[in-house]
Amino acid sequence: MRADLELISDWVAPNTRVLDLGCGNGALLSHLSEHKNVTGYGLEIDAENINVCIEKGIPVLEQDIDEGLKNFENQSFDVVIMAHALQQFRRPDLLLDEMLRIGKEAIITFPNFGHWRNRVHLGIKGHMPVSEFLPYNWYDTPNIHFCTFKDFRDLCQSKGLKVQRWAAVDGQLRDHWWTRLMPNLFSETAIFKVSR
Amino acid sequence: MPETIPVDSVGLVTPQVAHFDEPLVLACGQTLPNYQLIYETYGQLNADASNAVLICHALSGDHHAAGYHSMEDKKPGWWDTAIGPGKPIDTNTFFVISLNNLGGCCGSTGPTTVNPATGNVWGAEFPMVTVEDWVETQARLADRFGIKQFAAIVGGSLGGMQVLEWSIRYPDRLRGAAIIASAPKLSTQNIAFNEVARQSIRRDPEFHGGNYQSHDTIPTNGLGLARMLGHITYLSDDSMGNKFGRQMRHDTYQYNYEVEFEVESYLRYQGEAFTKRFDANTYMLMTKALDYFDPAAREGGDLAKVLSKAQCEFLLVSFTTDWRFSPERSEEIVDALIRSGKHVSYTKIEAIEGHDAFLFPIPRYMAALRGFLGRAAKHLPKENA
Repeated sequence: MRADLELISDWVAPNTRVLDLGCGNGALLSHLSEHKNVTGYGLEIDAENINVCIEKGIPVLEQDIDEGLKNFENQSFDVVIMAHALQQFRRPDLLLDEMLRIGKEAIITFPNFGHWRNRVHLGIKGHMPVSEFLPYNWYDTPNIHFCTFKDFRDLCQSKGLKVQRWAAVDGQLRDHWWTRLMPNLFSETAIFKVSR
Repeated sequence: MPETIPVDSVGLVTPQVAHFDEPLVLACGQTLPNYQLIYETYGQLNADASNAVLICHALSGDHHAAGYHSMEDKKPGWWDTAIGPGKPIDTNTFFVISLNNLGGCCGSTGPTTVNPATGNVWGAEFPMVTVEDWVETQARLADRFGIKQFAAIVGGSLGGMQVLEWSIRYPDRLRGAAIIASAPKLSTQNIAFNEVARQSIRRDPEFHGGNYQSHDTIPTNGLGLARMLGHITYLSDDSMGNKFGRQMRHDTYQYNYEVEFEVESYLRYQGEAFTKRFDANTYMLMTKALDYFDPAAREGGDLAKVLSKAQCEFLLVSFTTDWRFSPERSEEIVDALIRSGKHVSYTKIEAIEGHDAFLFPIPRYMAALRGFLGRAAKHLPKENA
């Protein structure tokens, strides 16, 4: 399992109802259902991933998140999760609102664009960063709304959301004293758990 | 004609008939003192009868879902692409039952069979049957095999409605429900289409109030028209366009009412061919069964509440160009299942074929069905929590 998924699963309480936006091959839901008796659904649009989920018995719904989540009722889930995808949507801010309309809590992970290596790439080389973890060119990247650790924290603040927990981790998803001390500069992935 | 039986075919099959003498009280209030159902089975039932899959047919389907009746058959059963050894509904694993529903015209008791009370064919006297009645008879057929719980029940369109009804009526008698290109109830437009179909049959002078058989005739014009209309709604604009475009019979316009465009010829052929294999009264009955189905009405329109009884895992499948049972209609079922916290997966398959897509072996669709049934094969009966 991807390390950020492992981290997220630690943050989900047992016996809860979870909605996983962009569930991929269902690894997180599968892990949560096996180890924490969590029930829920994954949303996905990739045909191959959908069929993997069906095969594994992970409840998966083919639904394009950009077209809205209106079919989900208010506060009908304990947690709504979005792992490494927020930056790919048209309006991450409105999506965050939707996540907290549907769920009591939201867990979001995203690549921190403020990481020093990105700054070097842009500041010194003068190019949009391309890395192993973000292997896209500026013109074909699905990541259309990059933000930094600070940007996201500010967004939460401006929306009056409570940040219940956060983690700032390196490329291997380990946290260190330096990623904790200067998350905006040293973390590659940021993880937030927020509520209203 | 198959010169040799393909290796992934169930091969030559012989329909069986089951007679039932336990009276059946129908939703319409009438009672059938006895009746028979014609069915086919593929594969082997295992010792504890836990590997059975029931196939529910749509409006004009029948019991002959897979394989061939003889080496002279031009075509295999209507869902041969999905049922067979190694196919998504794998007969190496499952024991598959496919029946002709009550009121049908392919060997089960219906308008074309003899009413024992009068000695005449039932004709228009055959009572209205509903999806609920069908599920009841299907359950009785399952009892005959000692099948307490199906591994899965699968159906498209009107067949999907039967699967949905099973999940509500007999929640502990199925582990998986595959509902394909279906809806929780017909839309107004769908009822309207059905009414035009019925009217075209009823207004045929050869209809004789439904007792055309005793007049030694068939309302071919009406039934053919009904089928032509139905056929248009089963296809998508694009699929018809791709197939025929404005292709013409002659190089120039003839300025008359004979076939100018190939699509006209196609529809006439489809309509006529249908009258040779299908009964007009059955067609009318089937359209009424579609119209009446509305399980949510039992709980004041709350589908989630009705579905709260369900225990099985669900797979819902829709097709992008299906406008007769559009993806939104499948999503109504999905949303209700989510609201009631059920185990459901949903996939919307890109397909050009319209409603008919559910009969095509579209790879993504077949893979989803295979994956879902693979689960049903592994799954042991669930304990009630």
